[in-house]
Amino acid sequence: MLLALTDDQELFRETTSKLLGEFVPAEVLRSLQDDAIGFEAEYWRRGADLGWTSLLVGEEHGGGSLSGQGLVDLTLVAHEFGRHAAPGPLAVTNVVAATLSEAGGSQSNGVIGDLLTGRSIATWCFSEPRPHDRLDNGCLDIRVNGDEVVLNGVKRPVESGHGASHLLVSGRTGAGYSQVLVPAGASGMTLATMQSVDLTRRFSVVTFDDVRLPSSTVIGEIGCAGEQVTRQLRRVIAILCAESVGTMQAAFDMTVEWAFDRYSFGRPLASYQELKHRFADMKTWLEASHAVSDAATLAVALGEPDADELLSSAKAFIGDFGSELIQDCVQIHGGIGVTFDHDLHLFLRRHTLNRGLYGTPEEHRQRLADLVTMTESAT
Amino acid sequence: MSNVEQEDVETFRQRARSFIRNNLQPISSDALVFPLRNVRNDDEELTAVAREREVQRMLFDAGLAGICFPRKYGGQELTPAHQRALNEEFDGYEYPSRLQAPTLSPCAAVLLDFGSEEQKLRHIPAILNGEEIWMQFLSEPSGGSDVAGAQMSAIRDGDEWVLNGSKIWTTGAWWSDWGLCLTRTNWDVPKHRGLSVFILPIHQPGLEVHRIEMLNGSKEFCQEFLTDVRVPDSDRIGGVDDGWTVGTRWMFHERMLTNSPLVTMPTGAGRTSVGATFVHAVAQEAGRASEPHIRDYIGETLMLDIVERELQRRIGDGLATGTMADQAAAVGRLFSGVAATRIRTIAFEIAGGAGAAWTDDDGELAFSGSDFLMRQVSCIGGGTTEMARNVISERVLGMPRERTLDKDIPYRDVPRSASSRT
Ligand SMILES: Cc1cc2nc3c(=O)[nH]c(=O)nc-3n(C[C@H](O)[C@H](O)[C@H](O)COP(=O)(O)OP(=O)(O)OC[C@H]3O[C@@H](n4cnc5c(N)ncnc54)[C@H](O)[C@@H]3O)c2cc1C
Repeated sequence: MLLALTDDQELFRETTSKLLGEFVPAEVLRSLQDDAIGFEAEYWRRGADLGWTSLLVGEEHGGGSLSGQGLVDLTLVAHEFGRHAAPGPLAVTNVVAATLSEAGGSQSNGVIGDLLTGRSIATWCFSEPRPHDRLDNGCLDIRVNGDEVVLNGVKRPVESGHGASHLLVSGRTGAGYSQVLVPAGASGMTLATMQSVDLTRRFSVVTFDDVRLPSSTVIGEIGCAGEQVTRQLRRVIAILCAESVGTMQAAFDMTVEWAFDRYSFGRPLASYQELKHRFADMKTWLEASHAVSDAATLAVALGEPDADELLSSAKAFIGDFGSELIQDCVQIHGGIGVTFDHDLHLFLRRHTLNRGLYGTPEEHRQRLADLVTMTESAT
Repeated sequence: MSNVEQEDVETFRQRARSFIRNNLQPISSDALVFPLRNVRNDDEELTAVAREREVQRMLFDAGLAGICFPRKYGGQELTPAHQRALNEEFDGYEYPSRLQAPTLSPCAAVLLDFGSEEQKLRHIPAILNGEEIWMQFLSEPSGGSDVAGAQMSAIRDGDEWVLNGSKIWTTGAWWSDWGLCLTRTNWDVPKHRGLSVFILPIHQPGLEVHRIEMLNGSKEFCQEFLTDVRVPDSDRIGGVDDGWTVGTRWMFHERMLTNSPLVTMPTGAGRTSVGATFVHAVAQEAGRASEPHIRDYIGETLMLDIVERELQRRIGDGLATGTMADQAAAVGRLFSGVAATRIRTIAFEIAGGAGAAWTDDDGELAFSGSDFLMRQVSCIGGGTTEMARNVISERVLGMPRERTLDKDIPYRDVPRSASSRT
């Protein structure tokens, strides 16, 4: 999280944190384990009242940011989500709302209102099953047929597919990208529930079998949505990174406290140099994660040319070193660290989930290598 | 601050860029990644040092030296943002690398913090124009981590001090000019309370500089033997027996090195980084740049460079705004040390068998073996990463200090090695 927040941002972060503490403390998260949706409608509405879903939406649609950089403000919420392992489709709902707001049009306008009030949620159908599960090789087919579009293909994992009023589906029309806003219950669309490492985030396999919709459901230009998709991907990764840093912060803070409280051989764990040095490493990874996550978010918000290298660096670093950090927190807790009753796994779960979504560390390192190769062959 | 209007960062950047491109030589990045490679004989080393002094003088004359130093000492009195822009513009060009650390920081930084007006006026302009290269005389044969355990003795004699003892592990002392020297002036008080700091010319009677061969054959490491070296009291920095006040800041500047606005250090600007450019070149030389697992290494290198750059920036901002304590500089020091060892390992891995046995035709690959042998340098020089971990855990996280046996007793009575124990 940013080192220096404005007063508005600090107040916003704090009210978010309070609301999360009130609505979704750890025991509530545990009780939601078998809930089909993973959160209560009232919780989401209250968050939306605070502005959780309006930061990336233009003022003409009733949205607005605190600082002029909505994505930066949103990562404050994401950070708090991480610190509380909070439920709800924060990243995807916001990313869809942003695209709808940018695209405008009657189709979008109708949906945005409900997203802003939290009455409904939206999701993004991006990733696909193997072997089309890389960031750039999806193949769901979107065909134009008269004044209709026809969708064929499979998306997974789709977050909050059950419960979303609308699904923004990215697919191919020939070589180009198209995006279609599919309403829940569309004929030919089926959802199958998936299992996940997270306690409260829900995922489905969504199959599109000749799903026919009026062409008014196309968001942006047919065959020309590549930039839209790239923007969504950048935003979703920025939000996930901020959330993951929040999980690292929570696990780290808990474990530092534990190290002071817990004694062995008559002295606190925090007095053993072997453990102190591991805490020093963890602190270094944690600060580095904050730093690169914030820098990536700002670069995306400002549309800087180095946004992609910052984002992939953030996603790869936070993925790898965040796992090391949280797993070491488990280690330093000893036996209690691997129990369901202890809170540590809530953060481990959320971090692990985010690590695996929208490109693993390995995939982002490949992307970074692409950037190096491009630059080096240009010089 | 003077009433001269400050040059904005972009104008400054353009000015720096055109100066660098018109006056300086392009160089390959591996020279920056591995400054301690054994690639020059003494004559060539001296030529390189002379060229760096010349470049420093050119920068000074062009108003591009001492970006964050006060004007009255010959600096530009600009901001860390200007220094960052300069660092970016230097990417791919020669720069006076030997004149940065330890000359500008910690040495000049300590002079700025504690030097008298006269000392600053005498030395800082001379440092900024390339005339004076400085060494830190800190580590001793008896130990470097326990800095306050210095045993170099300084005894007062009228207006002078007489120094006896030895300093070690200085890099390039044989071609340097001045030393910033930590000494013990009082043996009858606990160790932190009996230290004093002096400055002295390196080339003078009574001061012998010996070269030490590093494991890769480089002879830049030096040891100094001081025998009755006389230093005027006017060359004392800080109070008598108050050397630890100076030492604490000194350590801070040392840990800040990769982040200091006083120091020029080329960084890639967007889409490149010194490390990734280097690793990519090694991979190409090996003919393996398109293999997926080699590309993974290239990506990892860029990631480490970018994350380090952003971490250092965060720490720099945190220190400047007071949201982080000085001790947080150790976080950056730890990261940079460990990341550098990783990049050396990666290069060695990519080189394959040519890292172990090579011919002159192997180009870039030929260095990867000996670079790898020297890998730990980045975790030892500038204070070890273990010491950084101690600082982070104890001073940043507030964990209990390690038990020591030298706290409240006169330094004279502190056990100083297993063999000296009675
Ligand atoms: C390239 C290079 C350049 C250098 N340049 C200079 C220079 O210009 N001027 C100068 O004065 N020195 C310089 N040094 C010396 C350097 O600062 C010291 O080597 C370093 O501080 C370690 O001191 P030492 O070698 O005496 O090792 P020791 O202090 O004896 O330490 C040995 C090992 O024990 C560990 N250790 C020691 N105490 C503790 C503790 N309390 N807890 C945990 N671990 C501990 C250390 O981390 C290290 O691994 C340079 C070194 C290198 C490699």
